[in-house]
Amino acid sequence: MIVAILSGFIVASMIPILSKLIKGKGSILLPFLPLALFAYFISFLPQISNGIPIDRFYSWVPSFGIDLSFRLDGLSMLFALLITGIGTLVFFYTFSYLKGHPYLDRFYGYLSMFMASMLGLVLSDNIITLFIFWELTSISSFFLIGFNNDDPNSRKSALLALSITGLGGLFLLAGVLLLGATGGTYSIQELLSQSEALKSSSNYNWIIFLLFIAAFTKSAQFPFHFWLPGAMKAPTPVSTYLHSATMVKAGIYLLARFTPVLGGTVEWNTTLIVVGAVTMTYAAIHALFRLDMKGILAYSTISALGILVFLIGLGTEQALLAAGVFILVHALYKATLFLVTGIVDHETGTRDVSVLSGLRKVMMPVAIAAFLAALSNAGAPPFFGFIGKDLIYEATLHLGDWAYVLTGAAIVTNVCLLFAGLLAGYKPFVGALPAQFEKVHLPHPTMWVPPLILAGLGLIFGLFPSLIEKSIIQPVFSSLVNNDTLIHIKLWHGFNIVLGLSLLTLTLGAMLYWKLKPSESLLSKTLRFEVISPKSLAEKFRAFFIVLAQFWTGFFQNGYLRNYVITILGFLTLLLGYRLYQGVNLYIDFASLTDLTIYEVIVVIIMAVSIIFTVFSKSRLVAVASLGVIGYAICLIFLFYSAPDLAMTQFSIDTLTVILFVLVIYNLPKYKTFSSIGVRIRDGVLSIFFGTLIAILTLEVLSEPLNRETSIFYAESAYLLAKGKNVVNVILVDFRGFDTIVEITVLVIAAIGVFSLLKLRLKSIEKE
Amino acid sequence: MELLLVMLIGLLYASGIYMMLRRSMVKLIIGLILLGNGANMLIFLLGRIVKGKPPIIDSASKMLTEIYADPVPQALILTAIVISFGLQSFAIILVKRAYKITATDDLDELNTTDEIYE
Repeated sequence: MIVAILSGFIVASMIPILSKLIKGKGSILLPFLPLALFAYFISFLPQISNGIPIDRFYSWVPSFGIDLSFRLDGLSMLFALLITGIGTLVFFYTFSYLKGHPYLDRFYGYLSMFMASMLGLVLSDNIITLFIFWELTSISSFFLIGFNNDDPNSRKSALLALSITGLGGLFLLAGVLLLGATGGTYSIQELLSQSEALKSSSNYNWIIFLLFIAAFTKSAQFPFHFWLPGAMKAPTPVSTYLHSATMVKAGIYLLARFTPVLGGTVEWNTTLIVVGAVTMTYAAIHALFRLDMKGILAYSTISALGILVFLIGLGTEQALLAAGVFILVHALYKATLFLVTGIVDHETGTRDVSVLSGLRKVMMPVAIAAFLAALSNAGAPPFFGFIGKDLIYEATLHLGDWAYVLTGAAIVTNVCLLFAGLLAGYKPFVGALPAQFEKVHLPHPTMWVPPLILAGLGLIFGLFPSLIEKSIIQPVFSSLVNNDTLIHIKLWHGFNIVLGLSLLTLTLGAMLYWKLKPSESLLSKTLRFEVISPKSLAEKFRAFFIVLAQFWTGFFQNGYLRNYVITILGFLTLLLGYRLYQGVNLYIDFASLTDLTIYEVIVVIIMAVSIIFTVFSKSRLVAVASLGVIGYAICLIFLFYSAPDLAMTQFSIDTLTVILFVLVIYNLPKYKTFSSIGVRIRDGVLSIFFGTLIAILTLEVLSEPLNRETSIFYAESAYLLAKGKNVVNVILVDFRGFDTIVEITVLVIAAIGVFSLLKLRLKSIEKE
Repeated sequence: MELLLVMLIGLLYASGIYMMLRRSMVKLIIGLILLGNGANMLIFLLGRIVKGKPPIIDSASKMLTEIYADPVPQALILTAIVISFGLQSFAIILVKRAYKITATDDLDELNTTDEIYE
């Protein structure tokens, strides 16, 4: 199974090598990858139908509890079949749709990568790998939306989609980590057995909040829905595959997968019902006013996703059954409509429904597929969509107090969806054929056969629900409710209220289609509300964020080293100052201090005066001379306090430095004051604060007892071990001899540097 | 005496930092030197100061026995002084060299490498 899942990645990674072949005749071979996978998954169908899931386990990072463990059960099976099945058709479709495109190889590469990620996502039993595959689908989606990378709108939509789904991905990561930490395992199967403990845990609300955000962003739920219409910038095969049939259902999959683990609580159900209901009605109404076929389908997809979230939120067995069936129903008709849209766009060059009409006369098979899909979408008998719609009403009607409101919302949504389906699947093909489309012809069969197959399945499953009842739907249902209840789906329920509602929906939808003609003016009226839509708000937030980031970077990374120094010192001063303010116990033991003598005081005064001179002198020579005085004063202090070696070193080094400085300084410019008085005051204040802080810290350290262990060792062993009587010298040349060698090396390197800088002769061009 | 030295260290640090924050390259180097001196004094003081007892063993005895100045900070400071000389001399020559080519002492004008040849 791991080979099956990873095969897409393997193919994707071989694309650069095989690029020539794929751009040429070889591209027809690629659709056989998903086809083979489809056959592979079908071969497990008998076993899954008997309710026996298949587990495969590969150890990956056992120390973190991350394993490549895969589990194929009913729910995973449904998704795996959708991914590979629709994948096959989309791969074939692409063969004609993008024939001769310069980046065809890349496109197939992204598509294979996406397919593999999606398979990994729905088959993972480990929530960490589930997260990894989840992110991979976001990334491949980003590449596919931005496939027409010379179009700025395309790039913008790709970024928007990535930032929204990527944001969701971060929430998912937090969610799974918290879930794993609370449940003590990353395996979904093991979490299932801890369902009760998880639900009563104090982290429960956080977990479901994080998972909800992840699912809502991925599955385009209100208020995160706005990336999906933008994602329609992608080539149609992508819209079909990722943004209607599979990827956007990843969020639904996540919710469905965790329903047995985390579902059934008031928080879970209420949130999902509210978000789902808002999304489905909001998006369905939006779909009414679109002119672009893809736009209509995008909003109706959002609405359908809302229905699924809503059904999962209802959480009753009927609702979950309805959700399982509706996933399949929707995938079949929506993929068909998208593929049809692609054909229409490809052949006529427009997707505007107010322009398109009469196309049935030039592309009959496409029109048939579109009609079938539109009818299944409408929920007309005997289509599969009819069964789906029935189940939804069945679920909403049995909800007691809220039945009327929820059923009402479902009816409104379904009526609008029906209208949208007719607009995209019926309107372009009926009526008179405008002259401009008379030359339009039927595309290559690899383009029109896939939608026909999908639409045909919608009819066949409707007529013979028993085909999939036991084999596919029953296992899906079992994994959703986690028990053995048997289901029965059928087309005809007899005359009851559900049938009445279905008919009502159909009638209202047909009337709406009769009355409401979409037009530019209607579209522009809805655009007036765009200012307060989540999309505009998100974009404002984004613009604000960019400004903030620019300010932030400009402020901290301004390229002036001394500003970095100021930032670091300022922060350090604040931190230490706060700590000292919190509680400093300055304790000075005056008895332990050494006595003052007059000559010491004089040395200190000389030094202080020279420091002042060094800082404020207007002349470089004075500054350097004062620097020399400071050095000599330090030298004297060393001498007074028992450090003759230091005194000698300081004396010679200081002399050398001053000489060097004076020698060089003739070549340098006059001192200039570059900075304003304000800057100087700021720097002065900071310096004084920092100096004071250092002084206080020194006092603090002085009042701590001293550990002299090392010193005692050196003092005792200097003569016994190293035969030297000057302990400092012994330390340098004997105990720490290697350090001294390295130090000499450093000096030699510095000397070489100085020498070469002095001797360097620049070429004429560099002098200019 | 310790208190005086503490103030001196504070003063050295403050003036060193102040000079480092200036735009002139010469002042930057002076600041570095001041800061280095401050650090040396700090290490020296934290090893506790003792008057007139250098860590040198009497010709008669074999080890230091009575109170003596701590040899470890002294060894550290000695290293520091020598190394900082290497740094300072290199920096001074570099400044000279940079001035010869760019004809400025202003660090802000050295922010980009491209303008030199213009």
